[in-house]
Amino acid sequence: MEALIAIAIGTLTASGVYLMLRQRTFPVIIGLTLLSYAVNVFIFAAGRLVPGLPAIIAKDAAGYTDPLPQALVLTAIVISFGMTAVIVLMALGSWLESGHDKVDMDDEKDEQETRA
Amino acid sequence: MMYHWIIAPVVLPAIIAPLIVLVMRNDLTLQRVFGLASTVALAAIAAALLISASHNPPEVYLLGNWPAPFGIVLMLDRLSAMMLMLTALLAIAVQLYVISTNWDAKGRHFHALFLFQMMGINGAFLTGDAFNLFVFFEVLLIASYGLMIHGAGKDRLRAGVQYIAFNLIASTLFLFALATIYAVTGTLNMADIAVKVAALPEGDAALIRVAAVLMLSVFAIKGALVPLQFWLPGTYANAPGPVAALFAIMTKVGAYAILRSATLMFPSESAAIGTLIADIMLPAALVTLAVGSIGILGATTLPRLAAFSGIASMGTIFTAFAAQTPEATSAALYYLLHSTLATAAVFLIADLVTDRRGNATLSAQPRIAQQGLIAALFFANAIALAGMPPLSGFIGKLMVLDALRADAALIWTVILASSFLMVLGFGRAGSTLFWKSHATGEAAEPHHNPEPLAFIAIGGLLAGLVLLTLFAGPVKDWLDATAAALHAPAAYIGANNLPGVN
Repeated sequence: MEALIAIAIGTLTASGVYLMLRQRTFPVIIGLTLLSYAVNVFIFAAGRLVPGLPAIIAKDAAGYTDPLPQALVLTAIVISFGMTAVIVLMALGSWLESGHDKVDMDDEKDEQETRA
Repeated sequence: MMYHWIIAPVVLPAIIAPLIVLVMRNDLTLQRVFGLASTVALAAIAAALLISASHNPPEVYLLGNWPAPFGIVLMLDRLSAMMLMLTALLAIAVQLYVISTNWDAKGRHFHALFLFQMMGINGAFLTGDAFNLFVFFEVLLIASYGLMIHGAGKDRLRAGVQYIAFNLIASTLFLFALATIYAVTGTLNMADIAVKVAALPEGDAALIRVAAVLMLSVFAIKGALVPLQFWLPGTYANAPGPVAALFAIMTKVGAYAILRSATLMFPSESAAIGTLIADIMLPAALVTLAVGSIGILGATTLPRLAAFSGIASMGTIFTAFAAQTPEATSAALYYLLHSTLATAAVFLIADLVTDRRGNATLSAQPRIAQQGLIAALFFANAIALAGMPPLSGFIGKLMVLDALRADAALIWTVILASSFLMVLGFGRAGSTLFWKSHATGEAAEPHHNPEPLAFIAIGGLLAGLVLLTLFAGPVKDWLDATAAALHAPAAYIGANNLPGVN
């Protein structure tokens, strides 16, 4: 199970980083989202992976899984959700204002390309 | 004692800001009154906390009365009280400037966002919990996104998208670092992490080193340490002038976080960390200083010049931090106080000039209204930033040089050479802006709203520099005690009353 989770986190991170290196806002946002998925699973795994154990106190529990990472993941999900909403709106605003969706600020080059 | 006042710098803006959005959203005058009153109140609270922190050992505030390390704690010590005070004073100056120049009328919700930003910054300085630090970082960031694009415009929005993207990557890295720390030590309370890291089994050393470097790179992004400084010139140059001036404290949040983690959680005394942080930070800081000063010399617009002077000042601060001695830390803190005020002032002056000229280009153009006064302010500020006598920049650099005698050959060369470049850069900018205007011939007599409050705001920041210069002795004594407490964090850890630790 550990290997599977590790491979999943690695794949998500690698895809996220690759997408973020693109120059357009849409892939960048998708890349950020994949990265935040990766980190959420990573935080979850930081409390050690145990199958079938409760996180809250129960009378007949054989043991417990660490509840704190679950709370941390919840916080992280809420924050990254909010931040993604902000960047989507900003990207939309920037696209409407400037007429293209390039992320870098190299304006002179852009103008030359449009003229060419 | 100040027990419940410790949380006031977070709670006060958290209450007033939503009130401004909900009740006063259509009344700019009310927004201004409440916004300014809140920052003045924050300054008063910060002053009381500062006095309390200078006379008492570090004090803990248990949120929800849950004992550490299970609950979240706020910690008031000399360093955090000093940063609170600095933030509040800077905020008052920025707000006066904004009100005077009508920046807050160019978009909606300026004052609410401003207070949310204050809440995040104050929280980041106060918290004693690593995950809570992440949360406050996000609070200050999400407010800064709104402030950064205040007034909108094509370039500002595009720079804003970049700024958000960089910071989202930084936040993700921060989470990776926190999860690694939690996996190794099983705690997120900073004092508890310090205890656990000091007694770490040898097999876990590699993991905690990875976490420490990840944390450092996150804070280095905030603090604009090379090679993670690339977002700063574009963001600060495109942000509204007064917002960029407020952001002068944001890079210092990064510096504060690095100082706090390097002295408390990952000190050079612990076997697992050793000289890891100094080894990475020193070369990066020296390059930052060089990049900043070369950027000042090469800047083509006034806001970019201001942004690069911010980077150069961070280089000086981090160079002193890297030595990890109480003397160097104390010198760095003095320089931090100085450079926050000076960098904020240069952004405000840049905004005055840009507003009067209608463009930001650094070239000879016709006279602007109040040219003499603005030129005098720029001159005084340039002296302070370049580190020439008689202002506090000189004293600050002298202290840094004095504290770093050990590696004089390399560090002194870089600091002195970069100071020379900064003198050249500011001299070039100043003469182009204010002297060459005569050569372009007299245009019609320039008219502009006199905006006395804006000049009072900038004058206040510069007066802060003069006070820092005049009272350098007492300030230095106070900072020496602060640095000594940082490098011997037993009292800070003890205040947390951790179970199993005396």
